[in-house]
Amino acid sequence: MASPSATADVVAPRSSGSDNYLTHDKGVLSWIFTLDHKRIGVMYLCSVLTAFALGGFFALLVRTELLTPGHTIMDHDTYNQMFTLHGAIMVFLVIIPGIPAALGNIIMPLQLGAKDVAFPRMNLASYHLWIVGALFMLTSLAINAVDTGWTFYTPYSTTTSTAVVPAAFGAFILGFSSIFTGLNFIVTMHKMRPPGMTWFRLPLFCWALYSTALIQVLATPVIGITLLMMIIERTVHIGIFDPTLGGDPVLFQHFFWFYSHPAVYIMIVPAFGVIGEIIPVFSRKRIFGYKFIAISSLAIAFLGFLVWGHHMFVSGQSVLAGTIFSAITFLIAIPTAIKVFNWITTMYKGVIHLDTPMLYALAFLWVFTIGGLTGVFLAVMSVDVHLHDTYFVVAHFHYVMMGGAITAFMGGLHYWWPKFTGKMYPEKAGRFGAALVFIGLNVTFFPQFILGSRGMPRRYYNYLPEFQSLHVLSTLGAYTLGIGFILTAIYLFKSLKTGKTSPANPWGGATLEWQCSSPPPYYNFHKAPVVSAGPYDGYENLMYDEAIGGYIPRKSSTST
Amino acid sequence: MSESTSESATSAPKKGGHGAAAPAHGGHDAHDAHGAHGHGGPHLAHHFDTYQQQFDAGKLGIWLFLLTEVLFFSGLFCAYTVYRGMHPEVFVYAHYFLNTTMGAINTCVLLISSLTAAWAVRNAQLAQRKLLVLNILITIACACTFMVVKFFEYEHKFHDGLLPGPAFHPTEQVWELETFKHKHPEAAEYAEKLTKAAEAKDAAKAAPAPAAAGAAVAETGVFERPTEEQLEPLIKAGVLGPTAEDQTRPSKPRNAHVFFGIYFFMTGLHGIHVLGGIGVFIWLLLRANKGEFGPKYFGPIDYAALYWHLVDLIWIYLFPLLYLIH
Repeated sequence: MASPSATADVVAPRSSGSDNYLTHDKGVLSWIFTLDHKRIGVMYLCSVLTAFALGGFFALLVRTELLTPGHTIMDHDTYNQMFTLHGAIMVFLVIIPGIPAALGNIIMPLQLGAKDVAFPRMNLASYHLWIVGALFMLTSLAINAVDTGWTFYTPYSTTTSTAVVPAAFGAFILGFSSIFTGLNFIVTMHKMRPPGMTWFRLPLFCWALYSTALIQVLATPVIGITLLMMIIERTVHIGIFDPTLGGDPVLFQHFFWFYSHPAVYIMIVPAFGVIGEIIPVFSRKRIFGYKFIAISSLAIAFLGFLVWGHHMFVSGQSVLAGTIFSAITFLIAIPTAIKVFNWITTMYKGVIHLDTPMLYALAFLWVFTIGGLTGVFLAVMSVDVHLHDTYFVVAHFHYVMMGGAITAFMGGLHYWWPKFTGKMYPEKAGRFGAALVFIGLNVTFFPQFILGSRGMPRRYYNYLPEFQSLHVLSTLGAYTLGIGFILTAIYLFKSLKTGKTSPANPWGGATLEWQCSSPPPYYNFHKAPVVSAGPYDGYENLMYDEAIGGYIPRKSSTST
Repeated sequence: MSESTSESATSAPKKGGHGAAAPAHGGHDAHDAHGAHGHGGPHLAHHFDTYQQQFDAGKLGIWLFLLTEVLFFSGLFCAYTVYRGMHPEVFVYAHYFLNTTMGAINTCVLLISSLTAAWAVRNAQLAQRKLLVLNILITIACACTFMVVKFFEYEHKFHDGLLPGPAFHPTEQVWELETFKHKHPEAAEYAEKLTKAAEAKDAAKAAPAPAAAGAAVAETGVFERPTEEQLEPLIKAGVLGPTAEDQTRPSKPRNAHVFFGIYFFMTGLHGIHVLGGIGVFIWLLLRANKGEFGPKYFGPIDYAALYWHLVDLIWIYLFPLLYLIH
């Protein structure tokens, strides 16, 4: 205890220049059973990206089927299975763990200045549970893929002949994986901060992960028990959700959305964190309204628990309840707008560098604002009665989930890619990929707003001929998206072998992760950092060094 | 750096503020820890600087974990509340089948085990190794007793056909139960009479001899106006009245099996937590026996005890909600 020299003794000799977390140990087992947060993060990243490819593949199949009314490439039962798998994989396997467990696992302890997360074993268990959960989902795919939609609504989920139980049990296990990550992050940020790292010196990414972790810990157990009840209902017929036995199927919806609405913020709040990192760095300007952005994440996390009923305006819940849920939903627009305004104000009079991460961040601002504001439309009860279960809803949440969460994930992936791998990705290809993704997602989902407002119901296999042109446009957009992501995958893979070696600080970031080498040493820091400034202070103390292609401290400056 | 780290170490207990832990820890531990090992001490993980930091992290972690456990069970409590609100008669009917004595014994057993678990934490803090081992042993013994009692309760339910879903085929009518007879002797008698009358009626239908059947019904005295004591418990339990399954005679309420679905789900999930606790305490017993715990390092005992208190607490709620229904 209180032995700084001991700390230094342990850290210093094992992490010399060439030794980093990727090369520290060799062999597959040294990865599978690693306790290092960075390696666990990398494994999460690979797994999440694989699941993303699979979920994307199902999305393309669904969009291809919708090119024509009626049969195009698959029958209606297969279609139901495809969109269910797309939704379940993207939600449970990709977006929920995407930013926190993959990017956050690697970056958060580095930004904090900690040697690891508080519970490394639990961190590894979280990843192993993810794998087990994913296997259960694939089991359902192999037996007879679930066709309930990712929401598992009763009574259909308790009566359909498809393999609901493995898929639901997979989601149950993935819930524990998510809880473990969240619990770990909360304790890490409370107890592992080095001297000088006060709460208001935490990078905004950490604030966002902290808020997310609170939701993960408080909401996920409820979906766990709900899915368990649904499984028992299906197998033993205990009758809680079954109206023929005196139960209430709407109770399932309440339970489900008590988790799944907060889960929407599990998906989007970390994205806010990534954007909060990228925008100041690529504007070379201190973030505007740091405290407001930090606290608004907590406000969103809190309010997110009180709005689940806005998914159920047409389920027969009372008008009074609907009004309250509707009003609280409007409130969420406030902290969200605070964030967007502060990011834009940060850019104002900044020196904006349009590198790939910044392109993704700008795309995020554009797309997320559309997604967020259409959410306010849907929160109005009278409008929702018209738009409920139409493509308008599909377009809205894809603008938020795909346009918000995935765009930010891609931005973060490019931003931290040099830190993860020690290699630079090709900038031109990156910008081209970002442009393709941005165009693709708008072409895919904007027509769906029009489709929905004209009455095209979601999840339908067949549709009226007048909707076809917009469906074709949407499908073409989906193909563009697919090409954009394939291109991105190709150049990122290639950069692992042929990429330029990355300097410690390629972008001129001031947060702590840029102070350690790329890739970081096994124990993160040669010397435990002492923090004396905020995360976005001191851009003026950094200067670009042509020789290494990155930023180094100005020689005249002695601080930080 | 040297200054700032030692400063954080001495200020840590103040910041942590966990009452029980504070006296056992303290600034002076730093020197012992420093000397013990190349890095801090035998049980100090590499990524922590001090025992205090490690303990605080674990403590916050276990509280968060307990929070998730509360929320996990809350879904079931919520389902219980909704179903009981909609169908109170099912709960009144079914609770007569539960053995309150066994439930009460289990409550006492768990309370004792919570005491010994809390005592074990104090033993670890004071380095009382023998007492520590003894208290963990008693805790495990109580937990096992709980499971054995639970096993016999479950066995009776299985034997009596009190199972959830389509497997629900109770071998006894509720008014034939000692628990019911003891509480509502008049009502039990009355239900018996009504049943006999209905049976007589059936027999009469099968072999048409109207006069004889009428005499049989008259003999049972069904046509006398029933008193409040005779009628009310039966209606409350769904044996008679609109919620009853069979309108021609005393029967069970519709969907009575749902109670047993909830009962087995809640107590089963709780039982799994008890089994988990037994596993954890056995592991701690082995470690305590080796003398691993002491004033500097007692976190695992503390966390396990907290978990155990929660398992106890959940039972404290389950017992009245399932067994003591009126």
